[in-house]
Amino acid sequence: MVVTAERTPLYEEHIRLGAQMTNFGGWLMPLQYSSIREEHRTVREAVGLFDLSHMGELRLKDDGVAQRVLTRDLTRLRTERVQYALLCNEDGGIVDDVLVYALRDGGYLLVVNAGNQDGDFDWIKAHAPSSAGEGHRGDTILNVGRDWALLGVQGPKAVDLVQRLTSSELGGVKYYAFAEGRVAEVACMISRTGYTGEDGFELFCGNDDAGRLWRALLEEGQADGIRPAGLGARDTLRLEAGMRLYGNDMDDKTNPLEAGLDWTLSLDKDFVGRDAILRARQQGLGRILVGLRMLDRNIPRHGYGVLKEGQPVGVVSSGNVSFTLGYNIAMAYVPPALAEPQTRLAVDVRGSAAPAEVVSLPFYKRPHPK
Amino acid sequence: MPDLSGMRFSESHEWVKQDGDTATVGITEYAQSQLGDVIYLELPTVGQQLDAGGRLGVIESVKAASDLYSPVGGQVADVNQELTDHPEYVNQDPYGKGWIIKLRAIKDNPKLLDQKAYDDFVKGKSHA
Repeated sequence: MVVTAERTPLYEEHIRLGAQMTNFGGWLMPLQYSSIREEHRTVREAVGLFDLSHMGELRLKDDGVAQRVLTRDLTRLRTERVQYALLCNEDGGIVDDVLVYALRDGGYLLVVNAGNQDGDFDWIKAHAPSSAGEGHRGDTILNVGRDWALLGVQGPKAVDLVQRLTSSELGGVKYYAFAEGRVAEVACMISRTGYTGEDGFELFCGNDDAGRLWRALLEEGQADGIRPAGLGARDTLRLEAGMRLYGNDMDDKTNPLEAGLDWTLSLDKDFVGRDAILRARQQGLGRILVGLRMLDRNIPRHGYGVLKEGQPVGVVSSGNVSFTLGYNIAMAYVPPALAEPQTRLAVDVRGSAAPAEVVSLPFYKRPHPK
Repeated sequence: MPDLSGMRFSESHEWVKQDGDTATVGITEYAQSQLGDVIYLELPTVGQQLDAGGRLGVIESVKAASDLYSPVGGQVADVNQELTDHPEYVNQDPYGKGWIIKLRAIKDNPKLLDQKAYDDFVKGKSHA
């Protein structure tokens, strides 16, 4: 069987820009255009442009279903606001982490991880409360991921850049809010969200308009020093910002409490996985996600062991160089007793113990959050 | 284009240039472009004995950690200390200031490729 990776509507743009392409979650995506280091720095200091069209989008119309499958209490989510939330299984394991958009015409848009979109769709359908009724279920949830392109505009100059291309007043679109509007004459959902630790927007538009919007942003952004940025930089940026990556830092065997995502849980409402999470809390956790700062130049990576006085105590879930901070960092699972900042640990790098210290997350916070 | 005459190449994408009784070793342009941004190198110490085709060290890019192999045998005479603070030299100038080690007491490796054969080998890979 030949498995073909899907292409986003911006595929031709990436090839024209000389991107190195990679298969990510079943999608052929740009890994880097010039250099991950340069793309990373551009996002921290100016503005970077990302193709995020591989992300999945699910349209969830039924409030009851949304409340049942998502970990957060959506009755508190106002229209045109966004929340980070989880889907959990009955054992309290994380099925996916998602952004929930409360739409003006009712219901929600879920932005989900690329590789999970079809699985999430089936999973939500299977967990729709029976009160929704069989006949009703068909349009309870729609998989609209392949109808939408998604562009990320991220960095300290991002807001100003997008503002120059729209008549919408973006000052009114606060962090984790969104608005309908036109950017470069393209109808968009303009969302003030991101996965880089910087301010900026994520722009949802129709597939046919994606190329036009991409080129307009690159052209207008020249004055800001814009660069297209690939998944390589996206990963090093999100790691510095302490943002978990599904599949690396958590999976369906990870409890949200272990992943340090307690704040995404509305435990006073009923949702799939709640009872198991409460039980886990009562029994006490065996491991918890922490930040590690490497004390030498070794690079910690996913799957490397964590040591305390030579004994294995945990595992690195994500690790790399931090270009912004100038040292190497990791997220790792360790027993709660070893989770206090300044605890001295080590990472097993090819058989030698590379010294590390527990630090609080995030590693990097942008200087002046708006 | 740097002068690659006199260089020979391994199928694991290292180059070696012999000059009198010392040989300088680095990685090729193709290797650096595949690795992407180099951020760390784990290198042998001076005096260490290396076999032709034996493990020389580890090169880490943002993407992954990869083994380096010594294209010829010999004793490590020098290590490029500049790379400790400037691993990016391997990307910027793989045949020049991005050199990795120098060897002496060289034991040659007849399996190495000349430039033409290496270029053909790389082309074969990218069209595979």
